[in-house]
Amino acid sequence: MTQDVSIECEPGGFTAPRDLENESFLKEVALAFVKNKVAIAGLCIVLFLVLIAVFAPFLTPHDPYAINLDEQLRPPSFHNWFGTDKFGRDLLTRIIYGTRISLVIGLVPSFISMIFGSVLGIVSGYYGGKTDFIIMRLADVMIAFPSLLLAMVVMYTLGASLFNIFIALSLVGWAGIARVVRSQTLALKEKEFVDAARAIGVKTRVIMLRHIFPNCLPVLIVMFSLGIPEAIMYEASLSFLGVGAQPPTPSWGLLVARGKEYLFSAPWVAILPGVAILITVLAFNFMGDGLRDALDPYMKD
Amino acid sequence: MFNHIVKRIVISIPVLIGITVILFIMLNVIPGDPVALMMKEHVSPDVIARVNAQMHLDDPAVVRYFRFIIAAVQGDFGVSYKLNRPVTSLILQAFPNTLILAFAAAVFSWCIGIPAGILSAVRQYSFIDNLFMGFSLLGVSMPVFWSALLMQYVLALKLHWLPVSGFYGFKYVIMPAIVLGWSSAGIIARMTRSSLLEVMRNDYIRTARAKGLREIPVIIGHALKNSLLPVVTIMAIQVASLLSGAVITESIFGVPGVGRIAVNAIQSRDMPLLQGSILFACVLVIIGNLVADILYSFLDPRIRHEMQEK
Repeated sequence: MTQDVSIECEPGGFTAPRDLENESFLKEVALAFVKNKVAIAGLCIVLFLVLIAVFAPFLTPHDPYAINLDEQLRPPSFHNWFGTDKFGRDLLTRIIYGTRISLVIGLVPSFISMIFGSVLGIVSGYYGGKTDFIIMRLADVMIAFPSLLLAMVVMYTLGASLFNIFIALSLVGWAGIARVVRSQTLALKEKEFVDAARAIGVKTRVIMLRHIFPNCLPVLIVMFSLGIPEAIMYEASLSFLGVGAQPPTPSWGLLVARGKEYLFSAPWVAILPGVAILITVLAFNFMGDGLRDALDPYMKD
Repeated sequence: MFNHIVKRIVISIPVLIGITVILFIMLNVIPGDPVALMMKEHVSPDVIARVNAQMHLDDPAVVRYFRFIIAAVQGDFGVSYKLNRPVTSLILQAFPNTLILAFAAAVFSWCIGIPAGILSAVRQYSFIDNLFMGFSLLGVSMPVFWSALLMQYVLALKLHWLPVSGFYGFKYVIMPAIVLGWSSAGIIARMTRSSLLEVMRNDYIRTARAKGLREIPVIIGHALKNSLLPVVTIMAIQVASLLSGAVITESIFGVPGVGRIAVNAIQSRDMPLLQGSILFACVLVIIGNLVADILYSFLDPRIRHEMQEK
């Protein structure tokens, strides 16, 4: 039923349980990651984007919202490196401010759905029975529901705005994570160290948090890092369709949508923000793939 | 075999019911009173109450849900607020266009993806391999709406090879199909490559080589058949996601399909039309996944024999 192609859900098929506090394991992962040139390139681009987002106001002399009707749709020049849009706003400035939106949209909903997903996954896998049945059937439904369509329905209900995209994307993402974490938990709870913890009377909540959760971290980190570009893409798509961020927010998807109307006379307005999306998504994908290969050599394709 | 298929169908029914529940809550329960929402404030409360009573909108949500389900099972999704026509006929009118587009995109992705995957696997880590895998990653990382605009700009506006948008014949299908199929082509290429590489490590491949077969017959006659198993499954799943994922492509290229209906329905706040089109797309995806699942167990002799023994 899953549309996920990259991640297997067989119990224990992902990683053997490892002690994350074990220094040699971390060292091994870091070494494998550093050796991967593509992943390092991705990481560098991501850091660069973070710097741009943080220091946006210092990087550009223009105001992203100031309308200047004397300078409509100017082609790229020394004064406006990426040209100007329909309202005479500097496009590069708007793309720079758009970095903030895309990074936050990438990180926050992925983080929220990771928390929900791991809590529900661990509870489901550890307790089993009815709890497991209910949570997993709910996850089945969420996974069978095409993500973009579900996000569109949520945006219809809550209204089109940037904040509601957070809610829509958080709702969309948790189910896949819950499914994988559950299968991890199923394998982990049979292990001796969990038995031992139970035998000496450790509380269930503590077992889940201190013994099971840390062993799910490698898979969670991979899913989180690969969820970021996905969320960025969904935000851009929703904003492009007009059901996401609303003007004058400088969301990249919205910039492309607005530029679409002048594709023939001023193609840069639509094309350049798309390049920004492409570079960002590619960088996060590079980094995520590198992390996956470093954390779990068996997942390599 | 028959039991397996029946079991699969039975499993997907609760999923479908779950989707209708979520959809109903999202579109009918959370937004509140539809009549008040539509008429705004310049209508007296008794008129709203009367219209509500007439349309049975004052019934409890559970009652309304069952009424919606009973009508939906009979193929009735209500009447569009804005277009004032039955939702079912609007969707059925648009569906062939979506189907043509999705099918063209699927054919494109198979024709590009499978050969690219095979070549990449045969020449692992070569220039060709890196090139194809780069394209595949590009396909997944490129926003569909952006690559669509890029193609429109280059192929239609600059070179005048293809029409910009519309849906009147073969020429109009080419661009949307490529745009929609590119990321699927990338995924299929990756899948074919990794699956073929895995199969090539098997003992029977070594045997085939040892008995003196050349590389090409080994790949075509022995490895390919087994390595395409997971690819076929992905293909069936993708036809479904292409059908539902055509939303963006359709609205850019002006294809009058189900996806564009859904986007227009959101913009004009046409709830029955949105509900109908989304539910329709979800049903397609579920059927696609079902077919993929059944196809897989039918094609894989290990699973097939296991089931026959039972």
